[in-house]
Amino acid sequence: MNWELIFGQIKWTSFVFAGMIENPSLSEAIASGAGSIAVLGALATVILLTVKGWWVPLWRDWLTSVDHKKVGIMYIAIALVMFARAVIEAALMRAQQLAATEGAGFLSADHFGQLFSTHGTIMIFFVAMPFITGLMNYVMPLQIGARDVSFPLLNAISLMLTMAGAILIMVSLVVGQFSTGGWSAYPPFTGIDFSPGEGVDYWIWAVSLGSIGSTLTGLNLAVTIYKKRCPGMSLFRMPLFTWTTLCTSILMIFAMAPLTAATVMLALDRYAGFHFFTNGDGGNMMNYANLFWLFGHPEVYILILPAFGVWSEVVATFSSKRIYGYTSLVYATMCIAVLSFAVWLHHFFTMGQSANVNAIFGIATMIIGVPTGVKVYDWLLTMVGGRIRFSTPMLYHINFLLTFILGGMTGVLLANPGVDFQVHNTLFLVAHFHNMIIPGVLFGMFAAVQFWFPKVFGFRLHEGLGRASFWCFAPGFLLAFFPLYWLGMMGATRRTYMWSNPDYVPWLALAMLGAGLILAGFALMVTQIVVSVRQRAQLAAPLGDPWDGRALEWSIPSPPPAWNFAVLPNVSSQDPFYEAKKAGIAYRSPAAYEDIEVPRNTATAPLIGLFACAWAFGLVWHIWWLAIASFVLIWVVVIARSFATDTEETIPAATVKAANEAFLAAARATPGVTRDREMTSDNKGRAHPEALEGRAGTIASGTAVEAL
Amino acid sequence: MSLSERLHPGLNLAGTDPEGHEAAEETLFGFWIFLMSDLVLFAVLFATYAAMSVQGIAEGPRPAEVFDLTAAFVETLLLLFSSFAFGLAMLEMKYRENRRGVLVWLLLTGLLGAAFVGMELHDYYVMITQHAAPPQASGFLSAYYLLTGTHALHVSSGLVWMVIMAVQVALIGFTTPVKLRLMRLALFWHMLDVVWIGIFTFVYLYGVAS
Repeated sequence: MNWELIFGQIKWTSFVFAGMIENPSLSEAIASGAGSIAVLGALATVILLTVKGWWVPLWRDWLTSVDHKKVGIMYIAIALVMFARAVIEAALMRAQQLAATEGAGFLSADHFGQLFSTHGTIMIFFVAMPFITGLMNYVMPLQIGARDVSFPLLNAISLMLTMAGAILIMVSLVVGQFSTGGWSAYPPFTGIDFSPGEGVDYWIWAVSLGSIGSTLTGLNLAVTIYKKRCPGMSLFRMPLFTWTTLCTSILMIFAMAPLTAATVMLALDRYAGFHFFTNGDGGNMMNYANLFWLFGHPEVYILILPAFGVWSEVVATFSSKRIYGYTSLVYATMCIAVLSFAVWLHHFFTMGQSANVNAIFGIATMIIGVPTGVKVYDWLLTMVGGRIRFSTPMLYHINFLLTFILGGMTGVLLANPGVDFQVHNTLFLVAHFHNMIIPGVLFGMFAAVQFWFPKVFGFRLHEGLGRASFWCFAPGFLLAFFPLYWLGMMGATRRTYMWSNPDYVPWLALAMLGAGLILAGFALMVTQIVVSVRQRAQLAAPLGDPWDGRALEWSIPSPPPAWNFAVLPNVSSQDPFYEAKKAGIAYRSPAAYEDIEVPRNTATAPLIGLFACAWAFGLVWHIWWLAIASFVLIWVVVIARSFATDTEETIPAATVKAANEAFLAAARATPGVTRDREMTSDNKGRAHPEALEGRAGTIASGTAVEAL
Repeated sequence: MSLSERLHPGLNLAGTDPEGHEAAEETLFGFWIFLMSDLVLFAVLFATYAAMSVQGIAEGPRPAEVFDLTAAFVETLLLLFSSFAFGLAMLEMKYRENRRGVLVWLLLTGLLGAAFVGMELHDYYVMITQHAAPPQASGFLSAYYLLTGTHALHVSSGLVWMVIMAVQVALIGFTTPVKLRLMRLALFWHMLDVVWIGIFTFVYLYGVAS
């Protein structure tokens, strides 16, 4: 037995702390500090779980759960943890670029390269993706009146594969280096000749795990929407968030495969000497560019469409008005989904196609702005004549409309190949895509958290701190990214770790200030959550409808029971819950209850995730025994599971009835709160509908009809 | 909804097992979607091969110099006959629920499938040893091995799946979950035929002809 057989290519110098001991510098100290935070964070979590005795509940109630609601929450938890890391990395890069005019700054070039690679990879694959996936998982089944997704275990497996990828990226902080090839990992730089270490392999396997998880998620959610809608929920009665979930799921089914193919080819080049993307022997990196962006461009819409869905829900709810142009929003979403496959080439206008090809893709790119424009007008017109409440989600929405339009304009500029040749690979591009993704996707997710948090946990978030956080995030974003447009036009290239032009300094300083504000916003958001948990008694809204909501998810208690709906609803219009409140037929008891079958918890998914993580780690470090054993074990788990027969449990009708009748009685007994008192402790989640304003708020009760 | 409205592409249980048919709707639809995403993967590999087999030859051999059309034709027949055998296994399951019959047809399917994989591995062996055409030789060969190898890997995992299903048929019998798994495996197996027809046409016939 020798060392390499057991540990592959890991040596003691692979550990991040070795760099600090052998070659002390500020850059190495920062790397070691990050590694220490990862190790100490993991250690602190272990200690906390042990001291509090939370290991058993964590395993029993969460990790083994196949409930779409818990899966959704776990996705978002992953996203927030990974966001904390990636946003700190962003601030470090800003500080480095500010410090590095006519000097080397404080980071080594290699360290800086790892920072922008992990920042991009994490933000896309392990923040934005889990965030939208978690949200779709949680909200969509509730909106269509379903008890779970079509394949609950598959859903848990997707989650665990994503988690395995996230853990792998966190491990790369401590063991070894990450790739310096950016989030898009273009070969030949990421080939074995120019990146011989383990860094690119970390990227390949983390991304592959996330990508397989996303494919399975897309499949699962699409089938759920097609097959599990409650009676009466025709496609054109679905809430817009569900529509965008459907489009995103379809995009995931089609778009993730090219990424998987590209990462596998890159891996074969690196591990087995194939020649897909190498410089010689018939390799061609343009194939990589095409495959990657064949995934990469739809990915942009995979991220933004669910956020569009959130905006549609938020603007209608907080304007107390039916969404304007529902049908046009649906068609616009579908158009975007289709067109998103026809524009990938605009990511490499400068890489050698003929002018005609560029022109076609440039025009296609500009066209995709049209359905997006339709949506913006619909959101604006929804507000017209509405009674707008300027709550935190609505502030995010208005900020989104203003800044997203500016970002979209720069996108139309970039869609012109002539302009693109001038500013490609500069900070102008960096400014553009951050301008789309931050106000669009990220703030959309923040708005969603503010909006649906009371549904998920049964209490509202502290409104004042939410606004404070918004007022740091929004100007912070403008300060951090608008100077980059200027810098880009002055010629500042992206991914550059030191400068020689002193004219850049004031702009970089402004951007640094913005990064500071963003960090402050994040700190306030964490504070908001902590404070809200502490004050959950005052903020409680267990009756489920704190915002005078419109879709079905607001008609059930907060947090929802395991079975979601005591009796599957029967809908006859759009905004079914809002219509029921208006007609005075909400909160009525159903005629009869039935037993409900729910899937049992199972260790299948966490075991698959564990072995997938070990498999990927084995591949990264060439620990072949580990890779082979883990791979076999993954399939052993799958096969063993196929022999299990007792996979469901029955919740008796009496249990469901007791819980639901208690909820309905409480809802009927509580006076509805009007919108101007919505942010006070009077708001227990029973809304006095805006539609009934001025009328007496009593609602007939006791009559047994089919429930809504 | 009436039974006929729930019909899905492929073998339906509607006439013989209404309960199983109802359970099949969601599961089978989900599997069709999975097959679609798998086909996207193959489409990407085909596209890569299309580019590499023209531009990626470098110093290595050309397609016509390394392909053995006879072997590829025999492989095609093996795979098509195995699919036919699987079809008969499914009919046996649907109309007779006869364990022995299903197992015999599955065994035949599996043997033909295994013969296919064996022949393909032999092709690889011949290419590497006699034509000096390993995947490392050129971009074209990298793409060739990835495309056919991914297909062979699918067939091999189908074989493993088939062994497990044979065990389940023997031990558990024709419960609804077992039936639905067999139906999905059948779809998977037929899809691999379709992909192979593509490979035979575009890789082998076209490669030798041009």
